[in-house]
Amino acid sequence: MTLLDVKNLSISFGGLRAVDDFNISIEEGQLYGLIGPNGAGKTTAFNLLTGVYKPNEGIIKLGDKDITGLSTIEINKAGIARTFQNIRLFKDLSVIDNVKVGLHNQFSYSTLSSVLHLPSYHKVEKEMDEKAMELLKVFGLEEHRDYLASNLPYGQQRKLEIARALATNPKLLLLDEPAAGMNPNETGELMETIQFVREHFGMTILLIEHDMKLVAGICEELTVLNFGRVLTQGPTKEVLSNPEVIKAYIGDE
Amino acid sequence: MKLTKVSKRNLITYGIVIAFYIIIQILNLTGNLSSHMEGLLVPMTYYSIVAVALNLTVGILGELSLGHAGFMCIGAFSASLFSVATKETMNGGLRFFLALVIGTVMAAIFGFLIGIPVLRLKGDYLAIVTLAFGEIIKNILAAVYLGYDEAGLHISFKSFVLQGEGKMLINGAMGIQGTPSDSSFTIAIVILLISLFIVQNLVNSRDGRAIMSIRDNRIASESVGINVVKYKMLAFVISAAIAGTAGVLFSHNTSTLTATSTYFGYNVSIMILVYVVLGGIGNIRGSVIAASILYILPEMLRGLSNYRMLIYSIVLIVIMLINWAPKAIEVREKYVTLLKRRFAK
Ligand SMILES: Nc1ncnc2c1ncn2[C@@H]1O[C@H](COP(=O)(O)OP(=O)(O)OP(=O)(O)O)[C@@H](O)[C@H]1O
Ligand SMILES: [Mg+2]
Repeated sequence: MTLLDVKNLSISFGGLRAVDDFNISIEEGQLYGLIGPNGAGKTTAFNLLTGVYKPNEGIIKLGDKDITGLSTIEINKAGIARTFQNIRLFKDLSVIDNVKVGLHNQFSYSTLSSVLHLPSYHKVEKEMDEKAMELLKVFGLEEHRDYLASNLPYGQQRKLEIARALATNPKLLLLDEPAAGMNPNETGELMETIQFVREHFGMTILLIEHDMKLVAGICEELTVLNFGRVLTQGPTKEVLSNPEVIKAYIGDE
Repeated sequence: MKLTKVSKRNLITYGIVIAFYIIIQILNLTGNLSSHMEGLLVPMTYYSIVAVALNLTVGILGELSLGHAGFMCIGAFSASLFSVATKETMNGGLRFFLALVIGTVMAAIFGFLIGIPVLRLKGDYLAIVTLAFGEIIKNILAAVYLGYDEAGLHISFKSFVLQGEGKMLINGAMGIQGTPSDSSFTIAIVILLISLFIVQNLVNSRDGRAIMSIRDNRIASESVGINVVKYKMLAFVISAAIAGTAGVLFSHNTSTLTATSTYFGYNVSIMILVYVVLGGIGNIRGSVIAASILYILPEMLRGLSNYRMLIYSIVLIVIMLINWAPKAIEVREKYVTLLKRRFAK
């Protein structure tokens, strides 16, 4: 079944068509890559999918639901979670609290209970702690649960962002350059984690990445963006051997 | 039940307040408390309460308010109106309880009305709007006349004469006369403890995490489905409400309530902000300590007349350095860990 179906998505900033007639269709359970040179419009595409920007044209469907024009909050509730290219953690909260903010809509007790710490507070907080620890373990962060998020090394901050996104229990996970700034060892570890997340949670994943080893290693299909437009899309091997794609990248460098 | 680090930290805060209360009581019973000092206890406590309230907005929510004196003013006037009007007919304890509720709720309503348009906006508009709000409220309440007589309730910006039996409630610049002095140090301390309980519990809860996530990164909060406007409103309304409660303590501590700049002007809002900043932004316990010390200090230095403000400014600078200078923080943390190791043995 198709999980994400995007048709003719466009947005302009002034005269610049940052994303122009973007189409993509992702099946449930797929691990899909979005690549392209710097400034191609990849992050902007994510911002459109998550309601940070409203598209000038186009339709975004998640499953059967038309989510075009919804707010970021509603889109997250509908089932899309993301990470950010320039990490956006809650820096003065602890590692576990970052994940618990992600769990916010999965668990509930009243504001009165928040203020008075009634029995429902203790019960639900315990459940939230357990769920958050489960997620932290997936990323090997359980020992760092009480660190301030800003005190984590860079690579672990990226992992924490993924954990926080997963905590919202999404159907589709968008990762914006998850390996940026990681050394080859960390990148290798991350690849394994991403595949684990996909299998363990049955997650559909769309990721932006410049690291071609990672892309070739784990993505089944790719879409290549160039100057805001789709250059080509299809199975990873075919796309990566396409001379136009190579030219777009070399032309960039 | 095992105590977590957080609940231990909260308990220490309550402990400090209670210990302070007990020390004062002992000093009082043994006759070591001057009547001048005694008169400072209630104000010191309600300024601590407003500082805690403001820290919720500034340190926990991450928005700037320059109008907390305005919320105090709302609490003070609404509660005093009630107390003056019911003074002859109602029993003291119940009357003061209702006055506290009314002042708190009225301040909350004003917080809500200001928050609805302003907290929706992205950007730092709250500071300017609350600044204006505080000044407008103060000026209106300094100019309004409100009274009742046989013909009913009258409200005007011009003074008027009552017909027959009646009573002036707000008398223009003369304000409200004859508020019963229901505030006491004990009640003020109880309300400080309740405020601390509410704010510290909130910080350490699902709602509190949502509020702090907005402070740390609004875009990321939205991306995980946090209703940003709702939680900003929640924090700000609670903050305004607590400031209102402090206002009730204020007005029931003096028999004449006037809306002057000395008590409700923007300079007072800024003074409270100074307490919060020097106590540590987001540090609830720090707000109480800073407010207490910085309120008492200038009063204690009165004898030194000319040097008073000089010494006060030097103390401000020293506190600021101790709190914020990286070297000082380093030294402080070194000693804290040393002490901890001592006690751990
Ligand atoms: N809010 C905005 N206002 C104006 N221009 C923008 C805005 N956001 C993005 N752009 C422009 O849109 C283009 C695409 O940017 P985008 O960040 O999507 O690229 P990208 O493919 O993610 O690149 P990179 O690989 O460097 O992250 C760039 O030219 C950028 O300057
Ligand atoms: Mg990008």
